[in-house]
Amino acid sequence: MRHPVLHWLLRLPRHTAFLAVTGGAILLALPFVAMLGGQAWVRILDLAILYVFLALGLNIVVGFAGLLDLGYIAFYAVGAYTWALLASPHFGLHLPFWVILPIGALLACLFGVLLGAPTLRLRGDYLAIVTLGFGEIIRIFLNNLNAPVNITNGPQGITLIDPVKLGAFSFSSRTEIFGYTLTGPQKYYFLLLALCVLVVIINYRLQHSRIGRAWQAIREDEVAAKAVGINTRNMKLLAFAMGASFGGIAGGIYAAMQGFVSPESFSLIESIMVLAMVVLGGMGHIPGVILGAVLLAILPEALRFGVVPMQQALFGKVLVDPESLRMLIFGLALVLVMRFRPQGLWPSPERKRELLAGREGRA
Amino acid sequence: MSATHDLLLEARAVSKHFGGVKALTEVSLTIRRGEIYGLIGPNGAGKTTFFNCLTGLYVPDGGGFTFDGRPLQADAPQRAAARGIARTFQNIRLFGQMTALENVMVGRHVRTRAGVLGAILRNRATREEEAAIRRRAEELLHYVGIADRAGDLARNLSYGDQRRLEIARALATEPKLLCLDEPAAGMNGAETEELKVLIEGIRKDGTTVLLIEHDVKLVMGLCDRLAVLDYGQKICEDVPAVVQKDKRVIEAYLGEVPEDA
Ligand SMILES: Nc1ncnc2c1ncn2[C@@H]1O[C@H](COP(=O)(O)OP(=O)(O)OP(=O)(O)O)[C@@H](O)[C@H]1O
Ligand SMILES: [Mg+2]
Repeated sequence: MRHPVLHWLLRLPRHTAFLAVTGGAILLALPFVAMLGGQAWVRILDLAILYVFLALGLNIVVGFAGLLDLGYIAFYAVGAYTWALLASPHFGLHLPFWVILPIGALLACLFGVLLGAPTLRLRGDYLAIVTLGFGEIIRIFLNNLNAPVNITNGPQGITLIDPVKLGAFSFSSRTEIFGYTLTGPQKYYFLLLALCVLVVIINYRLQHSRIGRAWQAIREDEVAAKAVGINTRNMKLLAFAMGASFGGIAGGIYAAMQGFVSPESFSLIESIMVLAMVVLGGMGHIPGVILGAVLLAILPEALRFGVVPMQQALFGKVLVDPESLRMLIFGLALVLVMRFRPQGLWPSPERKRELLAGREGRA
Repeated sequence: MSATHDLLLEARAVSKHFGGVKALTEVSLTIRRGEIYGLIGPNGAGKTTFFNCLTGLYVPDGGGFTFDGRPLQADAPQRAAARGIARTFQNIRLFGQMTALENVMVGRHVRTRAGVLGAILRNRATREEEAAIRRRAEELLHYVGIADRAGDLARNLSYGDQRRLEIARALATEPKLLCLDEPAAGMNGAETEELKVLIEGIRKDGTTVLLIEHDVKLVMGLCDRLAVLDYGQKICEDVPAVVQKDKRVIEAYLGEVPEDA
């Protein structure tokens, strides 16, 4: 019998198979190429791919079920702090990752349900406001839960967090494989890549299932969805809980990878960033969401590495710091995309058709 | 068959008010299994409101329904669908950006069970169920006569086809009672004739039909019995021949009911 992957590849149309093979090869080679530019670039790749994971989690909520969530980063925070508290000297706990990750996902899921159950009757803007508030509440809790009992260590955050470890194999240190030295960030890259492939498959399969159709139906016409017997409240809650779980997993990996978490990593702007990745890329369209996440994750880093030396060369000093420039470009990009490509950079074919039809209809 | 077994739906003194507007005042009626039952009345008489109460979109202010021998829970449209009540909407409500086929597939939701785990793992049971959903949806598109539009987005279908698609989606839920809210609205003569054949076929295949319709000719020709609403009150319930001659009905319609219909 042929290997299932090979079988799958052979069944694809030729150019798709070609794309899959070259894409796969590029993804595998990427951390080695990035290494030529230095360890920092591999870390950037890691973050980018983590954002892809996060954006795909949010895509379930926003893209599939059509629920505007402005507090998504709260679930990421829950996952990150779960890891930080269960695997650091802070409490002296050092649980293995296969215990912490499910706990983090479950806790995030629980928070998702806690937030969702009372609020999912709200629509659009109202839901957005409540989720926004929720995101801030979580962050403020993390900031202040250092007294009377020190749980989160407040604004200082938690340091010396354990890396992801598989027995003796740690993802943070170097290992020799086939005479090549694999650095920590490179190993995380492959871990994250594997997780991302998994979440892409999950996204895709959900979308093309009974559940995915129900979500889309709710998004399109909630009354009609109810009339055909879809329990809209439960389905929305399900989307919320699933999105939250993925956020929790991403948060856990983030804490392990950075070795440090503090509340300021989970501010509102992060929620907005992830949402922007989903919307800019093409809501509900998996390749679009990936594109959006990669672009928005790489952009600021590229600026940091490109703009500072460039300004120094041109003006002899740094006139505009990269952080302000990043927000400037981010804002500009949002405005431009919303003005000229409201369907996102890479929308699903149906959505594109719809917007085009709308435009023709108006003309 | 006993009389109680014969009854599919019993509405008991259903009332619904919107502020000062008495959309329904103690409307009682009974629908028997296998009949085509008409609900007519002038604009604003409360016909659609009756549908909304029946299908759980509105909670009645008074009264209630017994369906298939058991009371219907108010305020739970998804339960109503599960119990076997399906409907179409006066102002068509399709899932516009989904294909015609997908619209009908959504209609199978309530009769299928694959959950998240099944969707992710795509185990044999899920794959088989999915294939069955698709097959049934294709059959239904064929049944209502729009099989050739299966891959088109619902929003791009013609008006008449959209009405048919709504019926197919409703039938996908395997209803015992199919409620149609002005299915012929906006259709031309030929389309209305086809619709009539379709509704008769649906009844023949064992589904009871509750029909709201303004097209008096269609109603009189199709329905076994009908009720007339006027200002939220039932003013008459009988076979078409009797209803046509009813004085209050003629008054309500100001002579709109043609003698020869
Ligand atoms: N959601 C609502 N809020 C306020 N008033 C309503 C609502 N729905 C219906 N009504 C009012 O209730 C009355 C009955 O409306 P309904 O839509 O049931 O009439 P109808 O018989 O279906 O009329 P048509 O033949 O025009 O469809 C009308 O006066 C209408 O304005
Ligand atoms: Mg009406």
